[in-house]
Amino acid sequence: MIKKFDKKDEEAGSGSNPFQHLEKSAVLQEARIFNETPINPRRCLHILTKIIYLLNQGEHFGTTEATEAFFAMTRLFQSNDQTLRRMCYLTIKEMANISEDVIIVTSSLTKDMTGKEDVYRGPAIRALCRITDTTMLQAIERYMKQAIVDKVPSVSSSALVSSLHMVKMSYDVVKRWVNEAQEAASSDNIMVQVGMVLVWLFICPPSCFSFIYPCLYHVMFPMHLQYHALGLLYHLRKNDRLAVTKMLNKFTKSGLKSPFAYCMLIRIASKLLEETEGGHDSPLFDFIESCLRNKHEMVVYEAASAIVHMPNCTARELAPAVSVLQLFCSSPKAALRYAAVRTLNKVAMKHPSAVTACNLDLENLITDSNRSIATLAITTLLKTGSESSVDRLMKQISSFVSEISDEFKVVVVQAISALCQKYPRKHSVMMNFLSNMLRDDGGFEYKRAIVDCIISIIEENPESKETGLAHLCEFIEDCEHTVLATKILHLLGKEGPRTPSPSKYIRFIFNRVVLESEAVRAAAVSALAKFGAQNDDLLPSVLVLMQRCMMDSDDEVRDRATFYMNVLQQKQKALNAAYIFNGLSVSVPGLEKSLHQYTLEPSEKPFDMKTVPLATAPITEQKTEIAPVATSKLPEKPAPSRQDIYQEQLAGIPEFQSLGPLFKSSEPVQLTEAETEYVVRCIKHTFATHMVFQFDCTNTLNDQLLQRVLVQMEPSEAYEVVHHVPAPSLPYNQPGSSYTLVRLPDDDPTAVSCTFSCTMKYLVRDCDPNTGEPDDDGYDDEYVLEDLEVTVADHIQKVLKPNFGAAWEEVGDEFEKEETFALASVRTLEEAVNNIVSFLGMQPCERSDKVPENKNSHVLFLAGMNLPDIYFILKGSE
Amino acid sequence: MGGFFSSLFSGLFGTREMRILILGLDGAGKTTILYRLQVGEVVTTIPTIGFNVETVTYKNLKFQVWDLGGQTSIRPYWRCYYSNTDAVIYVVDSSDRDRMGISKSELVAMLEEEELKKAILVVFANKQDMEQAMTPTEVANSLGLPALKDRKWQIFKTSATKGTGLDEAMEWLVESLKSRQ
Repeated sequence: MIKKFDKKDEEAGSGSNPFQHLEKSAVLQEARIFNETPINPRRCLHILTKIIYLLNQGEHFGTTEATEAFFAMTRLFQSNDQTLRRMCYLTIKEMANISEDVIIVTSSLTKDMTGKEDVYRGPAIRALCRITDTTMLQAIERYMKQAIVDKVPSVSSSALVSSLHMVKMSYDVVKRWVNEAQEAASSDNIMVQVGMVLVWLFICPPSCFSFIYPCLYHVMFPMHLQYHALGLLYHLRKNDRLAVTKMLNKFTKSGLKSPFAYCMLIRIASKLLEETEGGHDSPLFDFIESCLRNKHEMVVYEAASAIVHMPNCTARELAPAVSVLQLFCSSPKAALRYAAVRTLNKVAMKHPSAVTACNLDLENLITDSNRSIATLAITTLLKTGSESSVDRLMKQISSFVSEISDEFKVVVVQAISALCQKYPRKHSVMMNFLSNMLRDDGGFEYKRAIVDCIISIIEENPESKETGLAHLCEFIEDCEHTVLATKILHLLGKEGPRTPSPSKYIRFIFNRVVLESEAVRAAAVSALAKFGAQNDDLLPSVLVLMQRCMMDSDDEVRDRATFYMNVLQQKQKALNAAYIFNGLSVSVPGLEKSLHQYTLEPSEKPFDMKTVPLATAPITEQKTEIAPVATSKLPEKPAPSRQDIYQEQLAGIPEFQSLGPLFKSSEPVQLTEAETEYVVRCIKHTFATHMVFQFDCTNTLNDQLLQRVLVQMEPSEAYEVVHHVPAPSLPYNQPGSSYTLVRLPDDDPTAVSCTFSCTMKYLVRDCDPNTGEPDDDGYDDEYVLEDLEVTVADHIQKVLKPNFGAAWEEVGDEFEKEETFALASVRTLEEAVNNIVSFLGMQPCERSDKVPENKNSHVLFLAGMNLPDIYFILKGSE
Repeated sequence: MGGFFSSLFSGLFGTREMRILILGLDGAGKTTILYRLQVGEVVTTIPTIGFNVETVTYKNLKFQVWDLGGQTSIRPYWRCYYSNTDAVIYVVDSSDRDRMGISKSELVAMLEEEELKKAILVVFANKQDMEQAMTPTEVANSLGLPALKDRKWQIFKTSATKGTGLDEAMEWLVESLKSRQ
């Protein structure tokens, strides 16, 4: 499909775009006519257009050639042709950063901004501000001040917008213009608000600036004014829930003119509702509900969408919103139909009964001339419809699937994926459909969505495994996406050996070794090794193939082949389990750092793998939901995990440097109520013989400055508090961290759990809420926090064993220990599984944390690692 | 349409727009001279960062006059505007005896440029209204003008703020440009 479009574009484009085949050098050559007199404005205009076109196409201009063109362009200022002059302004702005000595046009622009031609003045100001640096700004300051209070709105707003850009660069100079801005604000035209916005600008922290620029830019359009003013107000106050509530109350009562502002208000209100978990009897909900009767369709839609997306909506609350969407489904406006059906599609799984009410209207949309609407309608019906209608809908959709864009194909795949969860019996129809889609042309996102969907079907339905794998095998025979090919090869390696006839996959895998790029070849070698390790009858042939892989031209492929060859030849289960099935469980950035450290400090001792922090949050097996297929973006490179970041932070504190590698960091635990004076949360960092408690404290009182903040801990067990690292100062609303170091009891290793009573101690200095200036002297105070518990889970790190069976065998019988526990308080199996997993803090393997419905016994596989390096593997059944 | 006619006329009468540069050290009065010539008034000026370009009509002749900033940092850019220049008006602050030497070296460097080989040179010994002003002869000698060969030049005593001397100078320039064609 994509290829076809490209071709069309090319054919259509060659006639319509006169700039299609511009050559930079030729254009620059042409620019020499700027030096001729008299000037031919039309020709020059055309050449300037070409230059700007090239710049916007991302063409690189060298400094010398850009400067030359720029100076030639400055000669065009002799012409009084209005269009040409304004084109010059544009060129100046475009070239401001690539040409040298752009200040050469300062005088000319200053003249234009103060001249009589109003059409020149605004653009000249904007161009001037682009070429002005801090030192030059003082020279034009007087003109800027005058322009801000100019009576021509376009001049004034240009000056205001430009000043905002300059704030980034020279805050101190622009700050001096606040009087002018205020004057602009008090004048009786539309600029009132613009001025006010600028005043706000001076009172809000610099971090807000990037948000404010676009707002201000649009503020000059009265229609958008309320919208942006509201957006800005909200942004400045969004951390203060009380202020947001007040603002909402004010605006919902007084009413607004701009429908955009209404939409914004609805969004803020629904966000606030969600945050406060406010009941639907709150005035905010009433406000949103009342918007369903607004005269602007935009507002009505926004309100309906907000209600439908709210968690825990009752059917009665939902009904008016859904009926509005239903009405939109039959609107003559395609945009409304699209919005309605898209919203219904999104919530189809959440409120199936409500969406079913619209089925008749959705049926009508199946044949909509707009394919996007039709696709969404069908996929919505797929999600809500009965099992019997699936075949009919699938047939319908396959009739035009080739005509829709990739983006919507992904929507279709997502719907199918949801459908498979709902009707597992339909997987053969789906699988067929997916494999057909897989054969069509399509982009990477689309193919990945299909592959992910097939993989999830395989994981959900064991009986579909072989067909699924067969389709995937066929796909990798002609797959241009390395990422997908390696992913599938990995899956084949994992699942293939356990199928009834593993031998049939070998051909597909070995074809990769022969035909593909290095990355795919390496993945194929790893997959082959897994077959060899698990199937004794295949081992001899795998060894032969491995031998051939050892002659590969790529280092990585050869290394892998040699390594696996040697492991496989040992024919030992334990080796296979440790080196072939279950790879390294350490964090990659951590390993990199440790190795680097090791090479820096040469020592006699061999490198100890155990010093490397473990990987947290394993990526692959945790994907329990298959719905967000397209959103699950795999990281391009191993980004440092949360724990790696903590490791780095803690290593920066001298007291903690001798603790060794960080074993585990817990999730943050709240030690205060949500809306108290001070907000404290604790992260527990476990080391070999110590624990570090990191208290992230935030001071929410704007009239206090806290200093030397530390948290005193009283342990209930034999834990020993060794050291405190206080947070030096906690100004209003700026989080700071205080640390407490605790030594684990040596003599009693079983004393793993302990309760600490915590008290925050600090020096208070009262300060002026407006200026933040603290008083000279303060007083000591303390604040009692909630108790902090250290549990078993803090001592256990999750370890992912992709092949649990092999790992279990590897440990052997002699270390096996069997005990029976009665879990009295849990009622369902699922609850029991969840409780066990969270209590032990171990990693469920082989998707065993998912309990099939209607079963009364279940085996849970858990893997974890204790300190110091004892692997735990737990197999529990009930 | 207008452009068509004016180009037609200039074609018929051979009177293309003359291109004139006003150069000189900073604070010599170049911008004041430019606007005195263009609108006949004294305007308040600030140091020119870059250039001003205006069309000046004198005795039915159109001049395209470029006033280039005289600050040390801007002088290097003068050369970007040399090509196709018919005449250079070199403005000197006659009361600034200390910088006469700098002014001379800038002038000498400029006159050596290939692109200005054919340009007529008019020196304005400006600020004659000041008490300690040097006479035109003194200025001419300090600039080394008598030593110039192969160059049509003349010096005039002017005062841009009072408006004296500008007419004579322009008169001479117009005649020289006409006779050259």
